[in-house]
Amino acid sequence: MIGVVAAGGAIGAVARYGATLLWPTAAGAFPWTILAVNVVGCALMGVLMVLITELFSPHRLVRPFLGTGILGGFTTFSTYAVDIQQLVDARRAPLALAYLAGTLLAALAAVWGAGAATRELLAVLERKERAA
Amino acid sequence: MNWLLVVAGAAVGAPLRYLTDRLVQSRHDSVFPWGTFTVNAIGSWILGMLSGAVAVGAASSHVQLLLGTGLCGALTTYSTFSYETLRLAVDGARLYAVANAVASVAAGLGAAFAGVLCARALWG
Repeated sequence: MIGVVAAGGAIGAVARYGATLLWPTAAGAFPWTILAVNVVGCALMGVLMVLITELFSPHRLVRPFLGTGILGGFTTFSTYAVDIQQLVDARRAPLALAYLAGTLLAALAAVWGAGAATRELLAVLERKERAA
Repeated sequence: MNWLLVVAGAAVGAPLRYLTDRLVQSRHDSVFPWGTFTVNAIGSWILGMLSGAVAVGAASSHVQLLLGTGLCGALTTYSTFSYETLRLAVDGARLYAVANAVASVAAGLGAAFAGVLCARALWG
């Protein structure tokens, strides 16, 4: 179990690191890349949780590997918090506040919206299957 | 080399989050997700310390990748935080959902600021 979480966490963190290398944001600028990483990670978490709680009973290591490991390692709360501190320190408080609220709202909307869309898609597929 | 530092840090950070969450969750009966709250606050404090240390030249970019991008990045999580907040709201514990969002952000920010101040006091 620990090994599976560690492996997943490493994969997720490397993906996040790769994203910051591909789309670097300058110090004092709006941290778009980490915002995008966190929102995408939350959307995938929404999809994953609907799939494994409502569609099928997966192997017991699927959730620790994909959810706790990969998505947990991909998304980050500490960088979010320290980025806000850095913006405040650079006297860019309005930008810091926009980032603080923007990430929070987008992340919650993503986990909810992606989960609801997955549930909807499953219902449509099930109706088609019954009709066939 | 840089990638390996991130991998090594994350391979420790993610299991540490998993174990801390289990330990904390086994010690209370409330619906409040104290486990994720705890790792996010601790990780924000460590990363604040680290970024303060890097700013004054007390830590190298390699340490930053190992402990910051790798360890703290994997120790803390936004996806589980969001999912747990959503679950509280959907399960009818709306007040807890709002409290979790507000308290997690406040604690994470407070920890980040405190970490930077600690680093300045230590190495500044």
